[in-house]
Amino acid sequence: MPVQEMEKTTPSDPLSPETVTINMGPQHPSTHGVLRLVVELDGEVVKKVVPHLGYLHRGMEKIAESMTYHQFIPYTDRLDYLAPLSNNVAFVLAVEKLIGLEVPPRCRAIRVLCCEIARISAHLLWLGTGALDLGAATVFFHTFRERETLYNFIEMITGTRLTTSYPRVGGLARDIPEKLLPQLQKFLETFPATLKEYEDLLTRNKIWLKRTENIGKISAADAIELGLSGPNLRASGVEYDVRKAFPYSGYEQYRFDVPTGGTGDCYDRYLVRIEEMRQSVEILKQVVATLPAGPVNADDPKVVLPTKRKVLTSMEELIHQFIIVTEGFPAPTGEVYQAIEAPKGELGFYIKSEGEKSPYRMKIRSPSFVSLQAVPLMSEGMMVSDLIAIVASLDPVMGEVDR
Amino acid sequence: MGSEPREVERVRERFAGALQDVVYFRGEDTLVVAPEKIVEICRFLKEDPEMAFDFLADITGIHYLEREYSFEVIYHLLSLARRRRLRLRTRLGEEGVIDSVTSVWRGANWHEREAYDLVGVRFTGHPDLRRILMPDDYQGHPLRKDFPLEQ
Repeated sequence: MPVQEMEKTTPSDPLSPETVTINMGPQHPSTHGVLRLVVELDGEVVKKVVPHLGYLHRGMEKIAESMTYHQFIPYTDRLDYLAPLSNNVAFVLAVEKLIGLEVPPRCRAIRVLCCEIARISAHLLWLGTGALDLGAATVFFHTFRERETLYNFIEMITGTRLTTSYPRVGGLARDIPEKLLPQLQKFLETFPATLKEYEDLLTRNKIWLKRTENIGKISAADAIELGLSGPNLRASGVEYDVRKAFPYSGYEQYRFDVPTGGTGDCYDRYLVRIEEMRQSVEILKQVVATLPAGPVNADDPKVVLPTKRKVLTSMEELIHQFIIVTEGFPAPTGEVYQAIEAPKGELGFYIKSEGEKSPYRMKIRSPSFVSLQAVPLMSEGMMVSDLIAIVASLDPVMGEVDR
Repeated sequence: MGSEPREVERVRERFAGALQDVVYFRGEDTLVVAPEKIVEICRFLKEDPEMAFDFLADITGIHYLEREYSFEVIYHLLSLARRRRLRLRTRLGEEGVIDSVTSVWRGANWHEREAYDLVGVRFTGHPDLRRILMPDDYQGHPLRKDFPLEQ
């Protein structure tokens, strides 16, 4: 909002003419990135909240229109940068749906493994920073200890911690290393006890309850109406999980529960995410126990990059590699929408293809963008300190909000 | 045509003239509908107990050059109870104006603002049609096909 407009803002209540309009963000630690909220305050009571987005807008959807499908994978790392693996998977699933390509069972299972590791690590970061926002600094140090272990796994799998770009259209960049599974198994055995440790710090903590219970309530009807998804929707009691409703990458093979809340307040969103981590552990245990053997890449030389050995020994494969890297592959004319249950909610890629090697139009339906739409409804009439709790409980990541 | 999905049958019988085309691709159903009827069709799909498309996942716009239509607006609907997805597509002329569906789903608000901001589709009846990602004083709509990637 330009300054002139801010000055024009008239007080909404004639009895208390001294409302103050302040900027929260775009550079404030509690806004988790570059979210800017223009807040009209009457004392400490929030009268009105106007979110302003776009400070991290990089024009990803425009960039996608002049890129081959493989070239765009690294851009998806920079959507929800706290769970790059699940963005990668969502994108390649959309492209595979568009070109009608099936990947081998081992690849599907490894993608599930990646998504669930990403979910736990994203939830841990949310838990640590969310608690930190409300003054509970200890939790942060605890969650970052386990998050570090998970990032070591991610590094083992992908070779990098943040910009993973691990899946490929038709497969994966490489198979997982052998040493991963025993270490992951050990983590899965100890992690539920660690989760209990976090819960000991917060779940019955009187201050935590005071700061989160009955704060930022949203009814199931409102949550659906606004399009909330993921833990934010489930905390209001709506049992919708893309993994169950529209299973992808073989999620239908794994047993897990979908936790829901009742009142849709900040506390419920906290409980739902804690339980989701437990369920992710269950899924990961099943993936580790049933991981199929076999190749990780589909057998389609026009789409999938050949192995290095083949490139160096076979002329044909060298040509394929050259064509895939320099020109890409064309996708048939048509349109697909592929959604996954990302840590933040329903992450969808809509690709409209006109038969070219790059999408004619690509739209990223990001869960955080939609979640932020609920901030005014949740926070008007609450205290300004509650606004911090509310934004934290929605777990927005500006990378995918602004795209 | 006996095996067509219920959604198609119902929309066809209710809005005979407004259903311009039906596309099935990769297991996804797309109804191409007349833009004048968009609000009525959306309200029907949301409120009819058999349809129950209570969840609006996304709205987006696409710009075209040198076609009989200049814009497409795409709606992704979802029925939480029935676990069904449906896509609506409307085609607009050069002026790119269509009625807002914010009266059907409040959540359409930001999606429409984004389509306005990036593609330049104008939604009549929208309560607050401002830019959302680009700065307020920005000129042009970046996702138009005649907008250069580099400037």
